[in-house]
Amino acid sequence: MSKRVGVEVSIAISEAVGLARAEIIPAYPITPQTHIVEHLSEMVANGQLDAEFVPVESEHAAMSCCCGAAAAGARVFTSSSSQGLSLMSEILYIPSTMRLPMVMVVANRALSAPISIWNDHQDIMVQRDIGWIQTFAENGQEAVDLTIHAFKVAENRNVSLPMIVNIDGFTLSHVIEPIELPDQEDVDAYLPPFKPRYKLDPRKPITMGPVGIPEVYTEAKVAHDKAIKNSKRYILKAWEEFEEVFGRKYEPVETYRTEDAEVLLVGMGSICETAMTAVDKMRDQGQKVGLLKIRLWRPFPAQEFRKAVGKTKILAVIDRCLPPGAVCGPVGAELRSMFYKIPGSPKIFSFVAGLGGRDVTVSRFEEIVDKARAFAKKRPRELYEVIGVREK
Amino acid sequence: MKEVRLHGRGGQGGVTSAELVATAAIAEGKYAQAFPSFGPERRGAPVAAFIRVSDQPIRTREKVYHPDIVVVLDPSLPALVNVADGLKEDGIVILNTDLSESEIREKFGIKSKLAMVDATKIALEVLGLPITNTTMLGALLKATGIVGKDALEEAMDKRFGRIAEKNKAALARAFDETVITG
Repeated sequence: MSKRVGVEVSIAISEAVGLARAEIIPAYPITPQTHIVEHLSEMVANGQLDAEFVPVESEHAAMSCCCGAAAAGARVFTSSSSQGLSLMSEILYIPSTMRLPMVMVVANRALSAPISIWNDHQDIMVQRDIGWIQTFAENGQEAVDLTIHAFKVAENRNVSLPMIVNIDGFTLSHVIEPIELPDQEDVDAYLPPFKPRYKLDPRKPITMGPVGIPEVYTEAKVAHDKAIKNSKRYILKAWEEFEEVFGRKYEPVETYRTEDAEVLLVGMGSICETAMTAVDKMRDQGQKVGLLKIRLWRPFPAQEFRKAVGKTKILAVIDRCLPPGAVCGPVGAELRSMFYKIPGSPKIFSFVAGLGGRDVTVSRFEEIVDKARAFAKKRPRELYEVIGVREK
Repeated sequence: MKEVRLHGRGGQGGVTSAELVATAAIAEGKYAQAFPSFGPERRGAPVAAFIRVSDQPIRTREKVYHPDIVVVLDPSLPALVNVADGLKEDGIVILNTDLSESEIREKFGIKSKLAMVDATKIALEVLGLPITNTTMLGALLKATGIVGKDALEEAMDKRFGRIAEKNKAALARAFDETVITG
């Protein structure tokens, strides 16, 4: 039997990594990811987890070490945030095109300047195109479940890609809440030992990561693109199997009260919980409002997203990232591009909220819905709006 | 749903108190959240921690703006921080203080219902330390019943091991000595 416990989400994630029997954990601590790697190092030190914890000298080294360990055929986990994730950037593109499976939890945090340790999605949006599979967790339970799911997907021989589970820093990482921690037996049944198709082995030498001369580089990149697009079916299959074993259902795009909706909020991560409360409040007032939660960000589940939108004519998309000088936030841009020139597609309004730990409250969601309705009647001057900017 | 804000100073164990209440409520089968005021907390500086307890799943990640209950671990804080800020109309402020009700109302201008206990004195006598986080949980229990005493004691056993007994004794004494205004 799984057990329901009150536990900090970071600790629960570490326990999930333990249940998944990770073998090599190269990691460097950074707020707000610290508790995850601290607890993992304790689990290794006290014998609870039979793994090698590699206390590297930087995130650049952490990701380099992850690549080596995955190439040698180990089950690999690491975790990072913000500036640390940026320091990894040079290496992040390597395991994905090299098709090295590994799992990283990113405790999402703002980027400097000004210095901020608080939550938004700027750190991960910088890494949007690294070619890793990426999911976003809404609460602690999802953080645990998606971590276990990530190993299953990444290591599938038909996928063989690294995978990131995004969790909101502090807003999730530092909260104590009820979580069902699965049984070891069930996790073992769900997640068999990692058997890579190829690995570095002195008895059977192979070359990994050679130079990509102009004659092969394009083909290598196209192969990677095909691989991540093709991974969707295995991501979905791994969620179906997850439901069979653990009883909790996951979908790439989740709908909340979308029936007959005139306006749909679109969000990713923990703001979706507050957004549900906002939707309930607006529905009680007779407003036809619903919510779409994007759980799978890469590969982008375009087909599922379009289906989830249905006949709704107004989308209010919330980005937790402000790319200066861009047309709008990355999620807004993705959706506008996806719907471009599709007959009957909805009007898409882009909002930026919750930067650097700014709270996104129920009343902010109400404000966003009001604005989206107004914009649908009278086209706004700007292509996006930042919510809750103090004027003085 | 009940929302609680704890005021303490960095190092006084306010976050631990929040954790104990939330884990106890969850062990009772309820839903709960506990979280610190996110940030680079410093030892000695005024800090806050938050708890939500509910019979239903909690679907919000907002900060706590309108608490039902405020717990103040350090007697010096009400002079520095508006501890009753945003308190609901029928809310309660639970203070570690050696002052009388009229002195508190006059000095700090708190108009709400009050619960008062000299937790520093109890902690010094029972624990030998002026750390009041577990002692103040006795006052919280008496004033609100937000969680059961058994579940809270069990959470303390798990969290503190050998030193749980002393903390439970401090909690019990605070429970007896807490005075609640009408």
